[in-house]
This record gives sequence, structure tokens and C-alpha cells, in this order.
Amino acid sequence: MGATRKNNKTKMPKPTEGSPVVKWILVIVSITFLSTFLVLPLVNVFAQALSKGVNYYFNCLMLPESKSAIRMTLTISAIVVPMNMIFGVAAAWAVTKFRFPGKALLLTIIDLPFSISPVVAGLMYVLLYGLQGHLGQWLDEHDIQIIFNVPGMVLVTTFVTLPFVARELIPVMQASGVEQEHAALTLGASGWKTFWYVTLPSVKWGLLYGIILCNARAMGEFGAVSVVSGHITGKTDTMPLMVEKFYNDFNSVAAFSLSSLLAMLALVTLAVKTWLEWREEKYNQKG
Amino acid sequence: MSIELKNVSKFFGDFPAVYDVSFSVKEGELVSLLGPSGSGKTTVLRIIAGLEYPDSGEIYIRGKKVNNVSVQQRNIGFVFQSYALFKNMTVFENIAFGLKIKKWKKSDIENRVRELIDLLELNGFEERYPHQLSGGQRQRVAIARALAPKPDVLLLDEPFGAVDAKIRQELREWLVHLHHDLHVTTIFVTHDQEEAMEIANRIIIFNKGKIEQIGTPREVYEKPVNEFVARFIGVMNILELEVKDGVARIGELEFPTHGQTEGQKIRIGFRPYAVQVSSDVNRYKYKAILKHTYFLGIMLRLELELESGLVIKARMSKEEYNLLGLRDGMPVSFQIKQYRVLSKEGSELPPEVAVVYDTPFIGGDGI
Repeated sequence: MGATRKNNKTKMPKPTEGSPVVKWILVIVSITFLSTFLVLPLVNVFAQALSKGVNYYFNCLMLPESKSAIRMTLTISAIVVPMNMIFGVAAAWAVTKFRFPGKALLLTIIDLPFSISPVVAGLMYVLLYGLQGHLGQWLDEHDIQIIFNVPGMVLVTTFVTLPFVARELIPVMQASGVEQEHAALTLGASGWKTFWYVTLPSVKWGLLYGIILCNARAMGEFGAVSVVSGHITGKTDTMPLMVEKFYNDFNSVAAFSLSSLLAMLALVTLAVKTWLEWREEKYNQKG
Repeated sequence: MSIELKNVSKFFGDFPAVYDVSFSVKEGELVSLLGPSGSGKTTVLRIIAGLEYPDSGEIYIRGKKVNNVSVQQRNIGFVFQSYALFKNMTVFENIAFGLKIKKWKKSDIENRVRELIDLLELNGFEERYPHQLSGGQRQRVAIARALAPKPDVLLLDEPFGAVDAKIRQELREWLVHLHHDLHVTTIFVTHDQEEAMEIANRIIIFNKGKIEQIGTPREVYEKPVNEFVARFIGVMNILELEVKDGVARIGELEFPTHGQTEGQKIRIGFRPYAVQVSSDVNRYKYKAILKHTYFLGIMLRLELELESGLVIKARMSKEEYNLLGLRDGMPVSFQIKQYRVLSKEGSELPPEVAVVYDTPFIGGDGI
């Protein structure tokens, strides 16, 4: 305490701030924690990937298994993200602009994927669509393979990423209320035109934010996809699955090379997210 | 008839938000729906617009029954309390929205928007977004947007509630001028009796979902049909007296009885302008101390305290006040020129009673 009093004489802290000792202890703890658990491993990914040179790094990415995994991940997210976008907009619109029975239930169910372990999610699909499952027999008779195939991977990824867009949109739509929509109606706009010209533009940034988070999760999902993919190299391996395979085959440079792509995706997502938040904040300050 | 409502009712659950409301508005009229909050006036406006459905009753716009006509087809202009401007559109795009929806030609849209921008003096703000405008400007954009598609009727919901006092006064004058120039049938909702008195041709007073009175500002002020209207429009002194020895009394004040017998209560109301004040303590019957003077622009409100502690509100012009040489804390005398016997709330009021005094009085009549 003596030290702090001496400090006060030279430089007065703001009355609302606590002791500078506490402040610096908190800052140092946070920084140490972040560097140990986040920054260091992230830097290590890139260091390991480039440990045998840039050429080797690119060669690893050009391996047929790598290329196939990248293609698979892109395919899945290209299907899942638009689907969740449509679902998210529809659900958020329904929940915020209409009154109907079961609204609270719908809100709870939207959140379900957040609270279920992805592995369990994958298992649920295997049990439903797999050969031993209720629908499996029928599907097999009609020559439709969902489990251990791309459709199954799309389904589980959709399940896991279901809440992202809706969860982002609901608060934004709630905040904007219904008055703008009512104004559009009084000016003669149909429900669809009102949605297209008024509702959607007013939530476009929230929507973009949701899509980015949804995409990051869709590309990075491991557990659920792992259960339903069947790990057929060159066919049903996504990037995260291939990373594991490379690593288990003692090809750690290839594993880290592929990981570096996912890490970069994460960094880009973070950058865009920060930019969107900054933009929103600036807009709100002006408003 | 531009707008007609016949026996319109609307319930929220069991609660009658609007109950058996009927009135009509003539072409080109400027009518105010006035009442305390929760009196159903906004619901009535939204029913006319088609934003709410009535549970019973009929609505006519220009002679056509519109109960089953959607809000889009009613050709109304609606101005929302919180403006409800499209925040992702510029001022120009906001005003043009209704015209674009109605598929006007591009050049016609351009001309119409220009016209409104001139009319509402929004020049130079065309490319701004709503968040870059002041409250008064936003409200003008909202009015321009509602007027752009040439609606049959303009509906405004508490249009000046969200702006500060000075802008509110400006906007009121705007609305009167605009109505004078365009002559579009206009209905606006307000809880501010002064605003309704100032702007409207006619006032429809709502209370608890029902209409209490319809009339010109002067009629509702001078001939209120019941105590609610009398108290809601303007300031009123209200006293509860007891009949003793054949005279109704409270403190020093005495009024003649109106059919009440000994010991019965009687309620009396009178406007501040009906109180005559003199600086000569012997001039009028009652003596009091001028406790406080409230400055209300050109009029002043005086608070007179009698010896018994009873407080009476009076009103006079600044000129009269100066002529009499009044000051706070001064002893004065006063008399009451007219008063009303107030019946129970909801029932009709008997006409005003004028009191004739022998002593002449000086000074203006006041308002």
C-alpha cells in the first residue's frame, strides 16, 4: 500500500480506476495466458508447416489427398452455408416479426446444437440413416447412401452450424422493431417487397457476420463429420479429418501445412468479424 | 365524408381498447384525436390505416367500406411516432419509396420528390441518411414520405412527441401550413391538449376507449359535456363543498346550493380566467395572499392562498398584472365570475352559472 501512495503523489489515477498494482497484475496475467494458450500454438502451426521450406509446404498442399480434402471442405460449406442462411433468415423473421404458438420452443430448439456434443450429433445421424437405423433399410433398398458419404457429412455439418445465422439475426431484427415494415406497408409495399427492400437491408451486416461464423465452423468441424464420414481417403476426408490422418501417418509437415490453411481461415474470420463490429459501433454512435 | 367510423370496437383480450366508436371526418378537415395515454386514440388511428383490424364496426374511406381492404390498398399516408424512416435509404430514397412501389415513371418520381423536398424545405439533405438528420428534419422526411403518393388521408400518430419544445412549435406551424396548402384530410393523435387546441379544426376526445366529446377547440373548452373533458381541456379549479345552513361551503368560499339539501356534498369547477383579482383587499369578497406567479408567455397564472389554506388558481394578462401592481406575497381580494356544478364523471354537465355582483370591476376579461 505504501508503494501505491507514493505513486499517487507523482501521477494521480482516475478516481474510478482501482489500484495500478491490480491493473498491471490483471494485464500481465491476461497477456501471459493468451500467449501461452493462443498465440504460441498458432505461430507454431505456421513454423512447423514451413519447417522444410516453402516449396515443401506447397508440395504438401498439392498432394492428391490434400487437394481432395480441400475440395470436400469447400463443397460441404458451399452447400451448408446457403442452407443455413435461408433457414436462419426464415427463423429469425418468424420469431421476431410474428406471434405464433410454440415460439419459445422454436427459440430453444434453435440453440440445441450448441449444447449437444458434435460426436453425439454425428451418432444421431448414423443411428437414423445408417444401415442399422430406422431409415437405413429403406434407403439401402433404394440405393441411397447417406452415411459414410457426402450427404451425411452435409447433414451433420448443417446440424452443428444451425444456430449461427439465426442467433446473429434475432437480436438485430428485434432491435429494429416492426415500425419500418409497417411504414412500408402503408406506402403500398407487399410483404415480400417489404422484406426485400426494408427488412433484409437493415440486417445485412448481422447476416454477413452470421454467415462468416457459420462458414468458419462448417469448415473446421471435426467431431460430427468424423463419425459419419467413414474416413475414405480421397473421397470423404475433409481438411480437419485429413490433418489428423497425416499426423497419425507421421507426416507432420503435411498435417501442419493443411492446418495452416484452417488457421488462416480463422484469422480472416476474426479480422472480418472485428471489422464488422467496428463498423456497427461507428454506425450506432452516429445514429 | 372522407372518413367514417360506425360502432367500431377492438378488444385486446377482454380489455376493450376501443369501444363503440363512431365519428366522421369531412373532406379536407384537420381533426385531432385527443386523450390520455391508453385511451384508445392510437388504436383508432391504426384501425383507419388498416394496421389493426376492428373486432366489430365499419370503416369507410371516401364512401367506400374498407374493412376488407388491406393496408396497402387503402391509399393512406401514415406518420409514425418514432418516424420509422428506412435507415438504409437516403432522404430522397425514403420519399421516393412509395412511388417506386406504385411503379411511377422515373421522371415523375424525380419531380414529385423534388416538389416535396421544396415544400418541406429539405433542400440539400437529399443524399443524407436518417441518422445524419435532426429530429425535426426526420419528422419532415416522414411527412414528405407519407404525402408523396398523394394519399386520400394523412394519419399522424403523436407526430411531435419526440422532438424538443421549440422544434415542436415549428412543426405544429408546419402542419397547419401544409394542411392549408394541400388540403388533404388529416387526422392526428396527441395527448397534448394545447397541441390539439392549436392545430385542429375539430377535436375528438377519447377516454377509456370511448369518445367523450366531439367539437371545435372552442366548443370543447367552453362547453365541456362532462367533468372529464372539463378537466382534461385546460386548467380548472375543482372544489368539493358541503351544504351548511343552506349554503355550499369550503373554507371561506360560499356558493349557492343547486337542489342539494343540508349536509350533502356538491362539486364545483371554475376556470382560472373566471377568477377576478384585485390588489385592493376590500374590493372583492374573498381575501387571499398571492403565493406565486407562473409565467406562461403573455398570460400569467396566479396561485392565491386563502387563510384556511385553500389554494385557487387565477389567470390574467401581463398588462393587467402590471396595472394592478401585483407582486408575490401581496394580500389581494378576489371573486369568482362563473362556475359549474360538476356531476359524477361520465354524466352530463349542467350549463355554467354566471354570478352577478353589485360591485363593478376593472381589468380585461382574460381568457
